[in-house]
Parts: sequence; structure tokens; C-alpha cells
Amino acid sequence: MADNHDESRERDDHSGVETTGHEWDGIKELDNPLPRWWLWILYASVVWAVVYMVFMPAIPGLPGLGDHTRGITDNSERRNVAEAVAELEASRAGYFEQLQQAGSIDAIESDPDLLGFAMAAGRSAFGDNCATCHGAGAQGFVGYPNLNDDVWLWGGTFEDIQHTLRVGIRSEHRDTRYSQMPAFGRDELLSREEINQVTDYVLTLSGREPETLASAEAGAEIFVNQCSACHMEDGTGDRFQGAPNLTDADWLYGGERAQIINTIWRGPYGVMPSWEGRLDDQTITALAAYVYFLGGGESDAFIEAAQLNQD
Amino acid sequence: MSFKSFIDNFHSKVIEKNSMVLTAGILAVVSIGGIIEIAPLFYLDSTIEEVEGVRPYSPLELMGRDIYIREGCYNCHSQMIRPLRDEVERYGHYSLAAESMYDHPFQWGSKRTGPDLARLGGKYSDEWHRDHMRDPRSVVPESVMPPYARLEHNPLEFEGVVGPRMAALRVVGVPYSDEMIAEAEADLRGQLDPYSDRYEVLGERYHGAPLRDFDGNPDVISELDALIAYMQILGTMVDFSTYEPEAAENLR
Repeated sequence: MADNHDESRERDDHSGVETTGHEWDGIKELDNPLPRWWLWILYASVVWAVVYMVFMPAIPGLPGLGDHTRGITDNSERRNVAEAVAELEASRAGYFEQLQQAGSIDAIESDPDLLGFAMAAGRSAFGDNCATCHGAGAQGFVGYPNLNDDVWLWGGTFEDIQHTLRVGIRSEHRDTRYSQMPAFGRDELLSREEINQVTDYVLTLSGREPETLASAEAGAEIFVNQCSACHMEDGTGDRFQGAPNLTDADWLYGGERAQIINTIWRGPYGVMPSWEGRLDDQTITALAAYVYFLGGGESDAFIEAAQLNQD
Repeated sequence: MSFKSFIDNFHSKVIEKNSMVLTAGILAVVSIGGIIEIAPLFYLDSTIEEVEGVRPYSPLELMGRDIYIREGCYNCHSQMIRPLRDEVERYGHYSLAAESMYDHPFQWGSKRTGPDLARLGGKYSDEWHRDHMRDPRSVVPESVMPPYARLEHNPLEFEGVVGPRMAALRVVGVPYSDEMIAEAEADLRGQLDPYSDRYEVLGERYHGAPLRDFDGNPDVISELDALIAYMQILGTMVDFSTYEPEAAENLR
């Protein structure tokens, strides 16, 4: 260090500091000592590095000699995260078990604690996985159903929702919910004029004005031949095939005239991925409860009443 | 001449007066740290986990990956789920080195203006990706992603391109066979046709590669076809049912 005074070395007259003795065209280099704070940080870092290598995995192995030193602590980030996740799961396990055992939506609803948990767990899973298509408020977009209302393409009971979540719609799951509307225009099953006519008829189903009555009347016949197998003769749809009700005010692909024409033309093929495997059973249960309680879930009593009405 | 004065002399007369010697000296000293950190990665087998299922990209996926890089998706999206509780909770299993062993260059990144995409595959439908590429805000109102609407109109330029690219990747260690390279263009077309007679060949060569038209327009092989094919495979290759994360050789 620069403390070792070397009397033979030249001192700079102006600052009184020793010079290194190097000289370039008359310019001399002062030999100031390094700042103490800097030196101590350097020494501390060196000590820290040695301590770290003793305690933590640090030194890679040489060829043929294992992979790396594990250190006294045998620390592993991957083990740490596994433990952290296990701890998190353990902290929820009690509630999730109750949720699985509750079985029915009524049992969940009647227990305020459990309901609160299901809603919180469902909301967080929804935000991570579902909001991207269905919207942060589950309000849906054109082509992606609104989950707040009581319109259900494939059924709105707790069990229906769970099943849809598991298998998806037109997904790669082998039990997926599946149906396909033909692309009447693109595949030339109907002419442009016929699509116009059937669109006019579909408009009348939800009580709106067709372009001309004659056109709607011609469309009615096409509807019976081409559409009624899935959407039913009265246009109320069929949940078994996921065929939407055309008589209400809700439109998955938009209810404007041009949007309906476009839908008939291209035959939409909306896909919902299957979440079995990606999400665990417990999360799917919580999600189903959350979606159920968003507003539109159909209780058993509701289904019974609806069936009585039909009979 | 004492040792100290020899050193002093060497320092002031040789090193400080010959810039090339100084440069070489700096390079030698600075590279020590790099060599110690990087060199072991070339011979350590344990850096890449042994997993089932990771395969080279199919020609279509490879072209999609190139579009991903061309468009600079990595500027806002990482493909690296870190081993942290909250990331694993949100995105799924943390990324393994094995999952990007055929990526040249890898797309890990650390910039997340958008979400991590390491396990994007299968999470959303093709139609969602189409809507989202055309106009991100039509499905995610709070998104700041720019639209990539032109991709579905740009024809994919793969003829005479994809084969050589696979050959180039083989040089750096991706196990493409001669047949894979020779039939790359047929495989690429075949992956876009669910009724293709290449169904079995593709299943054998590129296990789990989805066979369908990705951009919703069977008449055109577009850049969007390739990009969605690539995105739908991200993070889906490893068979986690056969992977033991707690095994000693897999702990890091």
C-alpha cells in the first residue's frame, strides 16, 4: 500500500503526494492511496465470496467429477420453490377439501366461509386463465361468451360448468363438447341471396324488422331445412349441441344484420381449451363456483321448474 | 535488479508503453471470470435436464419462431418461468433448460411488458390468437400490444428457406435428419392440412405437433399460420408425468 513511504521517490510540490516515478513528456503520475471505504468493501467482498462458496452451491465440477459443489446448506432454488408451493397448497388444503366434499353448489352457498373462499380462489384463477378471452369482468367479447348473464350454450348448472371447464369446447380433449355449424357461404351451401333471406328470417325470430317480409318468408323455409336441426324449428336452440337460442337479445357473434350474415357465411368454430391437466380438480371446482355465482348459474330448482314448464 | 524493480520496470516500460500489450493483458485478465463461468457449461451434462418429449421444431413452427424473432416479440415477452412461487402459481411449472435446448437463440428474456409466454401453448384457441393479432384490444382492452394484422395477409416465404434453416440449425446441434430437411416443405404444408396424408410421418417426426389450419384461411399459407403454430406448442413438449423435479440430478 501507499503507506510504505519510499524516501527515494519524488514528491509533487503542489499536492505533497508521492509520484510513481513514471513520466510522460513531463507529466507525472501521483500515487494517491485508494480510499479506505473502497478498500474495505473490496476486502469484505473477497471474504463474502469465500463464505458463499463454502455455504452455497458454487463451484462447477471438472469433467467426469460430478456436477457441482452443493455447499454446506445444499441450497436449491428448485427445492425451495417446491417447498413454497407445498406450503401454499397446505394452507389452502382445508378449504379445498371442504369444497370437494361439499359436492353441490347449495352446500357451498350455505357455508359463508366456504363460499368466500371459493369466490376468492375462483377469481384469482379466472384472472390468470379465463379473463384473457372472457374479459376481466367476465363480460365477454364478440365470439367469447359473457358469463355474467343467464345465457348458457352448453348448460349453466354447477356440474355443467365444471364439465365444460374440464373438457373444453371443440378442444383437443377426447370428450370435448363438440358441434359444428357449416360455413354456409364459404363452402357454397347457400347462395348469397339465400343467406340474405335466412338472415331476414333470423332477425324476425328476435322480433326485429327484416329487410322485406317476402325475404323473411323465403328465409323461413331455408331455416327449416338448414338450421332447425340444431337451432330447433322455433329457433330456441339446443344445449345438447351447443346451438344458441336465436330468439333472445344475446348474440355470441353479434346481432347486427351484417354480423349475422358473416356468421352464417363462415360458420364460426369457437374453441375453448380443456383445462383438465392444466388446472387441478380443486381449482376447476372453485372456478366453476365462481362462474356460477357471477350471476347466471342455474340451480337444480331452476332446472326442474324449466322442465315442468316444458312438459 | 530486485524483483520489485523488475516488476516496476516491466509495468512502466513494457505494458504502459505498448498499447497492444496492454490490450492483450486487459483481455487476458477480464476473460478469466468469463472462462470460469462459461467454460463448464460446455462439458457439464447436468445443466440440461433429461426429459421426455422435447423435440426439434417442425418446419412450420420453426418459421413461426423466426417471425416471432423478426417482429421482436422478445422485446416485451419472456419465455422463462422462474422457480419462484408466484410465477409457478400463475404460469405453471418453472421452465427447464431442456425446454430450450433446441432454441438458437433461446428466447428467455427478462423484459415483461406483456406476460411470459413459456407455457402459452394450448392455453388459448387459434381464433383467440387471430383476434388478438388483428387487434389486441378487441379481446384484452387494457393491452398495450401493437396489432400485427398484416401477418395473416403476408404469405409465408418458406420455399427454399426452411430446409436450409434446418440444415443450419443442425450444425449447431439440433438433431434434424436428412429426410426431415429434404421433406421440410411438404411437412410444412402437411401440418396445415388436417386431412393430410403426412399425418403419420408428422406424428413420428414432430410428436404432438397440432395438425390444422391455424389462421382460419385454408387457402393461404400465411405468416400468421406459422406464428400461431409456434405459439401453440410453447411449453407443451415436456412430459411432466415422467419428470421428477425433486430428483437430486434435477435440483439446482
